[in-house]
Amino acid sequence: MPSPVTAENRLNRRLGVDAFLLLMRVVMSAFVVLGLLMFIGQQINPDNFVASRINPDATGLTAAQFEGLVISGLSQGAMYGLIALGYSMVYGVLGFINFAHGEVFMVGAMTGMITSNKLDESGAWESNFLLSLLFVLVIAIICSTLTAIIMERVAYRPLRGSPRLIPLITSIGVSFFIQNVSVVLLGPGAKSYPTLPDWLSKKRELFGFVTIEGTRLMVLVVAAISMVALWYLVERTKIGKAMRAVAEDKEIASLMGINVNRTIVTTFAVGGAMAGIAGILWGLLFRSVVHTTGFLPGIKAFSAAVVGGIGNMGGAMAGGITLGSAESVAPLILLEPWGIDGVSQLKDAVAFLVLIFVLLVKPTGLFGERLSTEDRA
Amino acid sequence: MSRRLLTINKLSVTFGGLHALKDLDFYIDEGEIVSVIGPNGAGKTTFFNMISGMVTPTSGDIIFKGESLLGLDPNQVTAAGIARTFQNVRLFANMTILENVMVAQHCRTKQGIWGALFQTRPFKREEQEIREHGEKVLGFFGTRLVGYRLDQPAAVLSYANRRRLEIARAMATKPTIILLDEPVAGMNPKESAALTRLIGELRSDWGFTIVMIEHDMSVVRDVSDRVVVLDHGETIAHGTYEEVSTNPDVIEAYLGRPAEESA
Amino acid sequence: MSAAFIEEPSDEELPARRMLDQDWRKVFKYGLLLALVLVFVALTNMPVNLDRRMLIEPIFSMGYLSLFWLPAVFGLVVCREPVLAGMPSYAKGSREVLAGSLVGLIGGAGLSFLTLLLDNFNLREPLVNWSPQLLELLSFQRDTAFGIAIWLPIGLVLGTFGGLTHLLSATTRRVLSWAFVSVIAFAVFETVILDLSEGFAWLGAEWLVDELYFIRGGLTMHGAAVLAAAGSLSAAFGRDRAHRAKERFQALEGTSRTRANTIGLLALAAALVILPLFLGGITNELLANVGLFVLLALGLNIVVGLAGILDLGYVAFFAIGGYTAGILTTANRGESWPDWMPQFYWGTALVVVVILAALAGLFIGAPVIRMRGDYLAIVTLGFGEIIRLLFLSDWLGGYTGAAQGVTNIPGVQVFGLATVKGTDPRAVFYLVLFFCAIAVYVSWRLERSRLGRAWMAIREDESVAEAMGINTVNAKLMAFVVGAVLASFSGAILAAKVGSVFPNSFIILVSIVILVVVIVGGMGNIAGVIVGSVVLIGILGGPRQPGLLQEFSEYKLLIYGVLLIWMMLKRPEGLVPNVRRTRELHQDEYLQDAWLRGEIDTDSEPEDDSHSNGNTGVLPA
Repeated sequence: MPSPVTAENRLNRRLGVDAFLLLMRVVMSAFVVLGLLMFIGQQINPDNFVASRINPDATGLTAAQFEGLVISGLSQGAMYGLIALGYSMVYGVLGFINFAHGEVFMVGAMTGMITSNKLDESGAWESNFLLSLLFVLVIAIICSTLTAIIMERVAYRPLRGSPRLIPLITSIGVSFFIQNVSVVLLGPGAKSYPTLPDWLSKKRELFGFVTIEGTRLMVLVVAAISMVALWYLVERTKIGKAMRAVAEDKEIASLMGINVNRTIVTTFAVGGAMAGIAGILWGLLFRSVVHTTGFLPGIKAFSAAVVGGIGNMGGAMAGGITLGSAESVAPLILLEPWGIDGVSQLKDAVAFLVLIFVLLVKPTGLFGERLSTEDRA
Repeated sequence: MSRRLLTINKLSVTFGGLHALKDLDFYIDEGEIVSVIGPNGAGKTTFFNMISGMVTPTSGDIIFKGESLLGLDPNQVTAAGIARTFQNVRLFANMTILENVMVAQHCRTKQGIWGALFQTRPFKREEQEIREHGEKVLGFFGTRLVGYRLDQPAAVLSYANRRRLEIARAMATKPTIILLDEPVAGMNPKESAALTRLIGELRSDWGFTIVMIEHDMSVVRDVSDRVVVLDHGETIAHGTYEEVSTNPDVIEAYLGRPAEESA
Repeated sequence: MSAAFIEEPSDEELPARRMLDQDWRKVFKYGLLLALVLVFVALTNMPVNLDRRMLIEPIFSMGYLSLFWLPAVFGLVVCREPVLAGMPSYAKGSREVLAGSLVGLIGGAGLSFLTLLLDNFNLREPLVNWSPQLLELLSFQRDTAFGIAIWLPIGLVLGTFGGLTHLLSATTRRVLSWAFVSVIAFAVFETVILDLSEGFAWLGAEWLVDELYFIRGGLTMHGAAVLAAAGSLSAAFGRDRAHRAKERFQALEGTSRTRANTIGLLALAAALVILPLFLGGITNELLANVGLFVLLALGLNIVVGLAGILDLGYVAFFAIGGYTAGILTTANRGESWPDWMPQFYWGTALVVVVILAALAGLFIGAPVIRMRGDYLAIVTLGFGEIIRLLFLSDWLGGYTGAAQGVTNIPGVQVFGLATVKGTDPRAVFYLVLFFCAIAVYVSWRLERSRLGRAWMAIREDESVAEAMGINTVNAKLMAFVVGAVLASFSGAILAAKVGSVFPNSFIILVSIVILVVVIVGGMGNIAGVIVGSVVLIGILGGPRQPGLLQEFSEYKLLIYGVLLIWMMLKRPEGLVPNVRRTRELHQDEYLQDAWLRGEIDTDSEPEDDSHSNGNTGVLPA
């Protein structure tokens, strides 16, 4: 017979923290949903009774404005996605966040800036643009791949198997180091890319209904091509098979005759190359780089990887695009209706809030995570 | 008639389509020693993980002293009075031996920041009590874990002594039920016989109720009141050691079906 | 560190290897690395920028030091080989010297090549930092050909010197290094020593200083000679005495040891209280800055060092402390605040600061507390950035002053005795010292309490800690809260000291610098964290605060990065290690050492009972 329930053995099931988290989830969701509803209301009639009280200056967005936001969000997101692939692959294989991956991206953008300016001086940039662009791209990919490989060899390999936080802290140091190497060698000021030819940067109609800047179109196309190439590498080649095996279980993979060290280096190299491509695209799109260029995009790309489900490559790209669109569109459609001033200043804050929101609501990311057996436990 | 402490009703858990445990029923009365045996992968450790709150069951209920344990965090289960050891010894290797048993009394004590900052009298008294109780449970294993060893890190202990310290750590939480996960694994026959005697004393002198997973049949035979046999997540036999050891299903589970039948 | 790699000569010695019996790959690897590092240092323009600082007038500046130490160190390092305890090893000989010389030569060739390059190409296009003086400096103010030629012999000599030091006996090497270190230290600490000498002028300190230092900076020749002699003498004779004193202290037991500890602490406290009276503004300012970081680092140490939570958004609490104190005490508050709100006294505001910081700790801690360690790091970083962006935004600008920040913050009136504000660094230092004392006390008491033990258990194995009845969520939240409150103290003092707070004072960089301080000093160790702050913030400087080596300010972040990587790879336990943390990070080596000392118990039964001293008063079972 079970003994009767008494006051002493009544167990306190719920923690204050859980209640607080539930509240946070509810409040955040309500904030998003209400913001969205008010935005829709604004679009229908900017002077409706809610909007006139909360946000009297509401005008709503025109279709063209909205389209512009979405396209800039997509192209930005494609770049986040490319960087996120590096985070995601390294996390899949080694189980730690390579904090310095954003700096690999910055190295790509910087070398691109140096090479393209040299080419501009010699006149090749103008006379033979496509060939010089290809050359710049190759140089940037080589440099950022080398950075990633050296990073792995010098800083991370000796730390394999040490307590979890140690490589993470090291990668913060590496990030800090690379940023400041750039400062002491190239100076702290912003540096610009040479101007692009008109035929590339001008706006053009696509499929008759989308107007898109040539550069942004190029970003989307290059990102798509790189993504397909990477997919082919990982899913269809021997190297890719080795990478997936190492991600699953390093020890067993090495017993199966896979060179684990080489596979890890390859992973870093491939991630570095993707970051290099993203760096060039970033440079061409915004035409300006600083030593801190890698930091925020790096963190956001990591957020993208988490949002998409870390260790999941398709998820990284999807997460990048989600995050890019969210940070471009959300301030205007979710925050503006609440009557918050200067919403564009809060762009970065929105990106971080998306990360927090996703981790609170669905910690495995939108598309589920693929982790090695060691991490699942 | 002693009191029913723990009742488990139709407990099931699935990991991605695999039934780790299926409709398991179990009970234990105050002062009993029950052994859970079964071949590797039978779901014994999952069974423990579920009682201690580390794994959430898919269905079923766990009633401890008339209260359901479902939805409790592991620390709340321990606070309710169920302590455990781990199959692959998991001590706080860099904390000293004394600290290992002191920290285990966390849920029985309540001094917070203020007590520590102002060194209040209750704080000092409580520290003293924690220390004394820690030394007492360590003393249960003779002189192996006390004396100069108190201030040594747990990492330097031998394998057998780590197992002993793990039991001491579970005892320190002042539980009603102790779940022992293979307490004599890796010990030589002499050591395991000594530990078997100590497990008996855990009940007789300390008044603990014990659920034990064990592979060593001599230990199971010597201390258990009852034996539960698990295979593929299901109970296949239940009874005294003699009943269970002659049960054909159990023999089959351990030795496999005779060749002519399975053919 | 470990017994397996002690650098003591082993029992047996093989004869020295022949001179040409080199590990050529290693020599070339080190040589190329040295060349690369030298060229990098030169291109950062560090030699030119540091050249302004004279070490020994007129022959030696810090600029040349920044290049010269490298070949010597590489020359020494290339000779080193792990000596296995109990294994025969080769005697040292000419081979080591040759390796050192070759490495130095290759390094020198790197600089020669750079000189040639600088003379013929305009590298300033991408590499904007080096200035034309670099070429002059590299060629010793003569023509380029001389510069190209001279670096080869310089590299050779320095590398050979490095190799030679490897041959010296341990004692000789120590005497030499002490002589060198004391000269460099006195040259580097010139500002502080000059400042001190003014305070102690009545002791005739000024005369001594005039002899030691040149008027326009740098040691005099005879001053350097005296210091070198004093350094080597103290190394030769002082070491035994120090050793004996240490042994005597360790031999003390129980109460007398506690008494010795107490006396030491009291002496230290008295020194900290009295010394500032004799110090000038510059040094006090420096000390106050160091103190602010000690406060921050002690707080982060509780979160990272004790509970093992990597919080990268720690600066958020610093910001909250600064802004809350600033807004409550300022004379011209943002226009969005209601008019009836009075201007608070700093001490009253501090109560609000503590409450708000604790709430912020709970608010930021709650969502992240169940996350995996690495997710937690990024999310806290995100929170740190969100808080700064909110302070910066126009949305809350009416409250926080947006980019203009909060200004006109008055100083702290202390019982009408003094006003603590930026113009009086000594008063600021005393205020900081007071709060540092609180922080030290809190860390010390909490570490040895129920909560501290729970933090340690969580750091070791979180899921087991939870299974042993520790409410990990609450314990981790407490770590967040305590850390947050300590950081907010620092922020509140900063607001009163500077008289204004800006969003720019609270960038992520600050979090990272505090993390470096904690790690370099020694995670989980109060003394270590303090040493870390004094060394890093005092000498190199904080994110916005100048340190002793102001010439270094351009390079300090680079050095922070290098230090962080270096410490993680070579000495993750920090400068002043916490015993427990060291064990954790070097578990295998620790166990080996314990095994060699016979401390590992074996399963011998029941003989192992005889190991214990048995006077525990516990009955056998």
